Amino acid sequence: MLSLILILIAAAFFTGVIVRVKSMASGRKGPGILQPLFDVFRLFKKGVVYSETTSFVFQIAPTIYFSSVVMAMLVVPFGQSKGILSFDGDFIFFAYILALGKFFSIISAMDTGSSFEGMGASREALYSMFAEPAFFILMGSLALLTGHTNFQEMFSALHIGSYISYALAILGTFVLMMIAMVENSRMPIDDPKTHLELTMVHEVMILDNSGFDLGLILTAGYLKFAIYGALVVNLFIGVFPLQYSIPMFFVIQFVLASGVGFIESFMARFRMSHNAQFIFVLTSVSLLIFFGALLILGKFV
Amino acid sequence: MSLINAFVAVPVLAILLIPFLKVKGKGIVLFASIVVNALISGFLGLQTLGGQFLEFSFPGSLVTGPVNLRIDALSGWFILIINFIFITGSFYGLFYMKAYQKQKNNLTLHSIVFILLHTALISLCAVQNSLVFLVTWEIMALSAFIAVIFEHGKMATLRAGMNYLIHSHVSILFLMFGFIWVALKTGSYDFNSITTYTSQNSGATGLVLFLCFFIGFGIKAGFVPFHTWLPYAHPAAPAHVSGVMSGVMIKIGIFGIFRMITLIKTDYYTVGLVIITFSVISGLYGVMLAIMQHNLKKLLAYHSIENIGIIGMGIGIGCIGLGTGNYLLASLGFAGGLLHTLNHSLFKSLLFFTAGNVYQATHTVHIDHLGGLIKKMPQTALLFLIAAIAISGIPPFNGFISEFIIYSGFYYWMQGSLIGPLMTIIFSVLALVLIGGLALLCFTKAFGIVFLGNPRQKFDHEVKEVSFSQLLPLYLIAFLIVFIGVFPQIFMNALSQPVHLLAGLPTISDMPFPEKTTELLQPVTWGIWMFILISLAVLGFRKLVTQNRKASVEPTWGCGYIAPTAKLQYTAGSFVRPYSKLFRPFLLSHKTQKEVEGIFPSGGSYETHSYDRIEKYLVDSLIAVYKSLLGRFLFLQNGKLQFYILYGIIFIVSVICIPLFYDQIVLFIEFIKQI
Repeated sequence: MLSLILILIAAAFFTGVIVRVKSMASGRKGPGILQPLFDVFRLFKKGVVYSETTSFVFQIAPTIYFSSVVMAMLVVPFGQSKGILSFDGDFIFFAYILALGKFFSIISAMDTGSSFEGMGASREALYSMFAEPAFFILMGSLALLTGHTNFQEMFSALHIGSYISYALAILGTFVLMMIAMVENSRMPIDDPKTHLELTMVHEVMILDNSGFDLGLILTAGYLKFAIYGALVVNLFIGVFPLQYSIPMFFVIQFVLASGVGFIESFMARFRMSHNAQFIFVLTSVSLLIFFGALLILGKFV
Repeated sequence: MSLINAFVAVPVLAILLIPFLKVKGKGIVLFASIVVNALISGFLGLQTLGGQFLEFSFPGSLVTGPVNLRIDALSGWFILIINFIFITGSFYGLFYMKAYQKQKNNLTLHSIVFILLHTALISLCAVQNSLVFLVTWEIMALSAFIAVIFEHGKMATLRAGMNYLIHSHVSILFLMFGFIWVALKTGSYDFNSITTYTSQNSGATGLVLFLCFFIGFGIKAGFVPFHTWLPYAHPAAPAHVSGVMSGVMIKIGIFGIFRMITLIKTDYYTVGLVIITFSVISGLYGVMLAIMQHNLKKLLAYHSIENIGIIGMGIGIGCIGLGTGNYLLASLGFAGGLLHTLNHSLFKSLLFFTAGNVYQATHTVHIDHLGGLIKKMPQTALLFLIAAIAISGIPPFNGFISEFIIYSGFYYWMQGSLIGPLMTIIFSVLALVLIGGLALLCFTKAFGIVFLGNPRQKFDHEVKEVSFSQLLPLYLIAFLIVFIGVFPQIFMNALSQPVHLLAGLPTISDMPFPEKTTELLQPVTWGIWMFILISLAVLGFRKLVTQNRKASVEPTWGCGYIAPTAKLQYTAGSFVRPYSKLFRPFLLSHKTQKEVEGIFPSGGSYETHSYDRIEKYLVDSLIAVYKSLLGRFLFLQNGKLQFYILYGIIFIVSVICIPLFYDQIVLFIEFIKQI
């Protein structure tokens, strides 16, 4: 329950912080931190335009996408306190329920019959496929290290070992953050502020969405960032009592958000054709974590 | 015993009756006979799932020795799966075959072999006498062959049929070798002698015997590299036959592997590793090639290979559990494998049936010629969508449940393993995740291109939804897909007997399995229910908020361009192009293109065909060698009648002479040996 509330609060600020950092880095004052939320509220109040090519798939897809992200949020724990739902293998459920959302967002893009949206859909499908192994191996390594197979027990058992486990946590942070970038289609994978349909991934898929549906999609995006942020936080706060861990949660989320903002301000997007290879590199980083776990356990004979 | 007699009598009567009936009557008799037989065998099968063990003995003949029918829980599980798919498949077939009403004789033959196929598949689950088993196996293979070549006027269909026939005889060769080996050593054709023989001979004997059976059954199941018949046979057959073949006939190979696990006593740790290796390769290779296919049914056929790989992973984990004496691991693996067998037969037959609907409506299964079918055939589209989500292993449907159990098996195996197994686990998990991701890519492509967007081609005939009665069996399957996804516990409980049998638990009362898996699956079910509730809530809220607003309908955003044609849409080829560029080393595709050039350009064209690399090197090159070898003897076949008579004379003379000169020949050999 605690994690749910914290994630919701973090989600409200996360994207706003990114936008603010970006505008400050480029010398502008920028909108308020809560501006993304206002955008969503405005969208919720608006009417909607449907493409004449679309079918019922296009109308239910944003709802399912949003619900899948909400469901994924419910299994994320916060330190010692469990998520709303916690069970052995919940990280498998987490990844697969997100995949359901992706499935629907891809077919809803194809429902419009637009070549741009087809292009975005094709890229999204490929990238998410490559990002998933990294997540599973990361979780597998943590499962190996701690002997548990659910989020909450893994994260709280992570800190009993040596300092090396913190080194692994840092590598894990990198992997999780990069997966978050892929999932949310941010810089170096995708440029959300690009103005050319040919170079978009996620943005081009939702070109035809409007009104309430677009609001749902944007909200799901904010939530996703906070969810991955919460997973990163969980790598570090396992044993701390709440009075330290809750401030730490917000500090880490803030650092991550401003990190994303800085990356987007000072980096260029990768070449589209090299993205897939780049994402697959994450898998090898997570294999590194796996070997680290083996090392700690002394399995290398 | 009387039930068994009835089980044999019903198909015989039906087969005798069918040639004398009108087309409509043939269909009704076919369906009725399958239902009656399904009820009989299903009744027996259900009893075994409740914990009974049925054994029937027949005196048999001089050649076969006593014939034993044993129906245990494992047979029961497969019998029930086969029955369900056959009932739905034959009902669907009644309507699908309407287009072929004029081919009366062809339909007679088709109905007969369909009944034979059903009877043979059910019998294979029960017969425990090697010789009778092989004969039944041959009946199944031949009847499936005739069912596949229903449209034998087409050359491609005939070739596919021949290809299948040859493959299934290679399979039978391995099985025969294994069975004869045991029969030679023990003098008995009963399956129990396999157990006695392998438990007496430790070491490599059991392992080699198992591998022999594994290859034999693996060809039928479609493990890579023995899969090369599958992608041809499935597209060539009529939709209900491909559904039944992919749904249950290839599962009889899986059944065979399971059966051998209960019979052969050997080092299951090694066996498990071997099976996992084959499965990982099958799973990845199947889905990698599936993505490249432009023919909807061929795409589905390659997905069968992928799913056989997933089932195999479950079996592999189970064997590892057996080998290490870890009952929980064994039951997780076998339960995952068995449940995925059921799941795959459900969603794959549903996919083939919906592909059949598409073919019926448009007369093509070429993905790039289709598009926008969701408007013309909304129900077929919805059914395809359900099956597509299920086959990608995504919740809330059944595919996720079995994959979840297999994942749990892998992660459970991880605890306390050493470095070697750990590497196997991590790469298998990597493969399983990639398979899931690639399946998602493949089915978003298939569904997106076939059903969504605008039609890519104008058809001369009207494209319309098939009749409701034809959709009825499809809804039944879809219901079961959703039901397993939402209430998996019921099916896990039904699985407890077969898993007990496989995991070799000492007594029936010792049951760690159901509690553990309910413990494992209960929260997953909660998650699925919660997800459905959340979706419904959001949908309701959306309805509430937007009901008073007017939604306007406009053309798709075209980036300012206002006259897009349907040809501008993304095609299947372009959707998977980034993928095919990355995976080029593993794939093989032929490209023919004509560039648009000149000041007054004429038409350009671009065409790609994907081919199977393993098939090229393993099958085609072998055939080429074989052909060139046999080509040297071509002079014998010179078309002159005198020569052929001469060959006949030589043959007869040698047949007569060899026994006459037998002693001299032996003497001569002895003489040579002395030298």
